[in-house]
Amino acid sequence: MGKKMQISLTVNGEVHYILAEPRELLIHTLRERLGLTGPHIGCETSHCGACTVDMNGRSVKACTVFVAQADGAEITTIEGLGSPDGLHVLQRTFREHHGLQCGYCTPGMITRAHRLLIENPNPTEEEVRFGMAGNLCRCTGYQNIVKAILAAASEMNAKEAAE
Amino acid sequence: MIPSAFEYHRPGDLASALGILSAYGDEARVIAGGHSLIPMMKLRMASVGHLVDLQSVAELRGITVAEREVTIGAMVTQAELISHDGLAKAVPILREAALQIADPQVRYVGTVGGNVANGDPGNDMPGLMQCLDARFTLVGPGGPREVPARAFYHGLYATERAEDEILTRIAIPVHAGGHAYEKQKRKIGDYATAAAAVLLTKSGGKVASASVAMTNLSDVPVWSEAAAAALVGRDCGAEAVADAVAAMLADIDPQADNRGPIAFKKHVAGVILGRAIARAWSRA
Repeated sequence: MGKKMQISLTVNGEVHYILAEPRELLIHTLRERLGLTGPHIGCETSHCGACTVDMNGRSVKACTVFVAQADGAEITTIEGLGSPDGLHVLQRTFREHHGLQCGYCTPGMITRAHRLLIENPNPTEEEVRFGMAGNLCRCTGYQNIVKAILAAASEMNAKEAAE
Repeated sequence: MIPSAFEYHRPGDLASALGILSAYGDEARVIAGGHSLIPMMKLRMASVGHLVDLQSVAELRGITVAEREVTIGAMVTQAELISHDGLAKAVPILREAALQIADPQVRYVGTVGGNVANGDPGNDMPGLMQCLDARFTLVGPGGPREVPARAFYHGLYATERAEDEILTRIAIPVHAGGHAYEKQKRKIGDYATAAAAVLLTKSGGKVASASVAMTNLSDVPVWSEAAAAALVGRDCGAEAVADAVAAMLADIDPQADNRGPIAFKKHVAGVILGRAIARAWSRA
């Protein structure tokens, strides 16, 4: 057993203080300690993106971050983006455009797409594909994921223009 | 996949980081973005007693752009490098290459310093830095020293950096002329089957100067002086390119692995170098 350390994390706006070994992976902290099972464990080798969360304004693969590295960080998971009663626009457009089949990759897809649209609110299809290249889906063939993200972008832009 | 236990350190400045390295010797290892080291630790192919996280060392951050030289702090991420317009204008091949590294998530955390210091022949920046004639600053207990990228790589994961040194900064001369970084990979996130960095200047319709480096085709990056020499004084036509490719093939030493047998890698290396020369020439 390694020495435990005091770690603070702000996750979806809530501050958590935990005592953990530094080698604990952030994905396990989120899923097992905090009960946030939206981020999934897919490949566990930083390829598939199912574990993607937003950390300090960047999309990261939580299977490749030690919890010690995340000490003091602000993290957003899919649970922080929307709820069953109040879906995030990306969650809704993924549903409307059939951007998922089995759904395993979806939380990572949407969390990544959320950051992508903050950085580039009006992406081309090519920019969406390039910006989503760190997330693998083995069902959809990506076509409808791309459609859903483009639809969310145009909806968000229309809403902003109206405001 | 849980790594073996380690003690975690997050020094706030370079002096403290160096102090921890000196105190724990070969039990200590620095971590930048960690996207090479953490997977190795999870597979228990790397075991670290004391992990020294450089994320709070301000001296390792920042990009400077001057007329003749740019410098990049070791902890600058690939994403920060890509989004820096001044840098992209001064040394455009950096952005072109960085956009071909891994995927967006990895580029947010993966650093330039980690990429060059790790000594992994699959990394794109070492060959690129040799092409650009970059210099690395290494700081150890005895102070700083500067090492040319072309003299930094000794073998697989073996570099000029001593265990008690930290690579802090990369200095890159600003080059005139055309550039290209071409990479062939099996899929997003993979290392290159072959990649080529090319810089060319043109004078009177001929190549005035050239620099050529190849990635993942030996246990070290390959800066091919012979390939560059084959281009100088010529028009970059088919014959000159064929001579440059032949010279490059004599300098590389690819090994068979899951990216293909040796003959295939040599074939891809030739195709990729040909494309890189053509594109650099079109921009020269």
